[in-house]
Amino acid sequence: MSIVKSVTCPVCGCLCDDIELTIADGAVAQVKNGCAMCEAKFFSHNNKHRITTPLMRKDGELVPVSYDEAIQKSAEILANATYPILYGWSSTDCEAQRIGVALAEEVGGVLDNTAVVCHGPSILGVQDVGIPTCTLGQVRHRADLIIYWGCDPWSAHPRHLERYTSFTDGRFEGSEWKSYINKVKAAAGKKKLRSLERKGILKERHPHIAPSVNDNKPPEILNKKGRKLIVVDVRKSMTAEVADYFLQVEYGKDYELIQAVRALVKDQELDVEKVAGVPVEYLQQLVDAMTSCEFGVIFFGMGLTQSAGKFRNIDVAISLVRDLNMRTKFAIMPMRGHFNVTGANTVFTWQSGYPYGIDFSMGYPRYNPGETTVVDILMREESDAGLVIASDPVSNFPRRAVEHLVKNPLIVIDPHMNATSLVGDIVFPASIVGIEKAGTAYRMDHVPLPLKKVVDPPEGLLSDEEILSRILNEVRNIKLKTLEVA
Amino acid sequence: MVQEKLNLTLLTGRTIEQGVGKESGKGTQEYFQSTTMVYMDETDMNKLELRNNDHVLLSTEEGSVVLRAVRHPRGAMPGLVYIPYGPWANAICSTKTTSIGMPSFKGTPVEVQPALNQPILTLKELLRKEFGR
Repeated sequence: MSIVKSVTCPVCGCLCDDIELTIADGAVAQVKNGCAMCEAKFFSHNNKHRITTPLMRKDGELVPVSYDEAIQKSAEILANATYPILYGWSSTDCEAQRIGVALAEEVGGVLDNTAVVCHGPSILGVQDVGIPTCTLGQVRHRADLIIYWGCDPWSAHPRHLERYTSFTDGRFEGSEWKSYINKVKAAAGKKKLRSLERKGILKERHPHIAPSVNDNKPPEILNKKGRKLIVVDVRKSMTAEVADYFLQVEYGKDYELIQAVRALVKDQELDVEKVAGVPVEYLQQLVDAMTSCEFGVIFFGMGLTQSAGKFRNIDVAISLVRDLNMRTKFAIMPMRGHFNVTGANTVFTWQSGYPYGIDFSMGYPRYNPGETTVVDILMREESDAGLVIASDPVSNFPRRAVEHLVKNPLIVIDPHMNATSLVGDIVFPASIVGIEKAGTAYRMDHVPLPLKKVVDPPEGLLSDEEILSRILNEVRNIKLKTLEVA
Repeated sequence: MVQEKLNLTLLTGRTIEQGVGKESGKGTQEYFQSTTMVYMDETDMNKLELRNNDHVLLSTEEGSVVLRAVRHPRGAMPGLVYIPYGPWANAICSTKTTSIGMPSFKGTPVEVQPALNQPILTLKELLRKEFGR
């Protein structure tokens, strides 16, 4: 039995690097410091959903084959395709992504990563107006106002609050953990009373009424000392429950709301009572909190990038931060999902000049979101083969886009059986990056961190990097032979 | 007033249960349970006379899917339904990328009606129905 300290967790964009693992008999036996998702991931390395051998579809069924056969067949598919899609990349290391770029260029395909269905619009927004941002260390030590806009870190980045924002003890700002505990205790007390009322032990004083949007009358926050936490969302998320101030915006009206906030920041008056369902007096409180803070940060998520307006929402959110910087210090940061989606954007940009949706079919990289992005290509039914690595588009793309992906030969590289591997034509099992293979990943604030190898992969399993290099070599061989014949 | 069906707005997104399910493996029961549910507002559920865990049929221009209706545990979100990401949510999500590559995972108009006797498809059944594999 051994203990490995300071392991980086390969789950979400937080890349928590303080995980402590106990290894017994070549398997992870205990996970310390991690969140629920982190535990699930580290324990998943020896569960029954692992793929143990390469598979190939023959007569409609996936049957076991050797790596050599699967690599040979995949290389043939990619080399012979005229417009293949190479998609995924966000849950693997930068080393594999680098080979992915070379492979895409070699086969003249489209290289896209999961940012396209995640923070792609944020990248477009940043390309439009730039971004005033910082690292998470700055936030941890200095930020006294944290705003989560359209994101729910409690669910998607569970340790974000604890490590980088409200519940962390920084050098200049303390943790708000105690005030949260008090809030939880008060809520638990109320719940107990209600339960006693329901059971008839206490006389019923509060008949049950369905909750309404008007219940969210936020308290006066300016009086609060210490870090303030504000959440803006269309529904009361887990994070909103923790927040000091929750603003419930009507669906699809974030753009309108942010523009109204910008007007208030510039001391203009609004001659309406409500904007996007939020009373202007609440907005004024939000703006007062924003302009009176020492250092504020806005974190934003899918609530902005996937709702109506998409990249325009990000444009205007960044512009708000620019305006706020005339009054105080403010920064903004996207809440990146997969642990190395930032790395995928970074590596692709180094190598080709563009972060996602890169088309190599002309022999040089071309980037035109809406045309060279994978969902659009699938909807126009233009691709004739696909390689999916470290992601699950069959689960996460709209059904009609998947229909075309499945019609053509589909190569899948993944450690686990998922919806995409179930419908793939060639399925490669891979070792799990960050558990069975060391590598590099980028945190959501663009800080690169090393991933550790803590256990050995199942015997004979190759890593993403090795599988891709072997496919790339084979593709080059095939191209060379074709040239010789010609 | 009891209604037969409601026209609402579909949002998809993350929950911690779905996160744990996806990391454990997409074939696990945790993943199935956490992605085959739909959070609804209490007043909307009352309009359809739904109880917690009743099955509902959600239909959009893209297709339809049967899921388990669960009362949203915190606050109100009238007019909205929220499905955790997964193949079931994506069976009915809009593919409109508004020319920037991003499908409309939030904001698809959806019709919701009770479907008490209709079963929820398993992952394999769903893939077979949609893609024939």
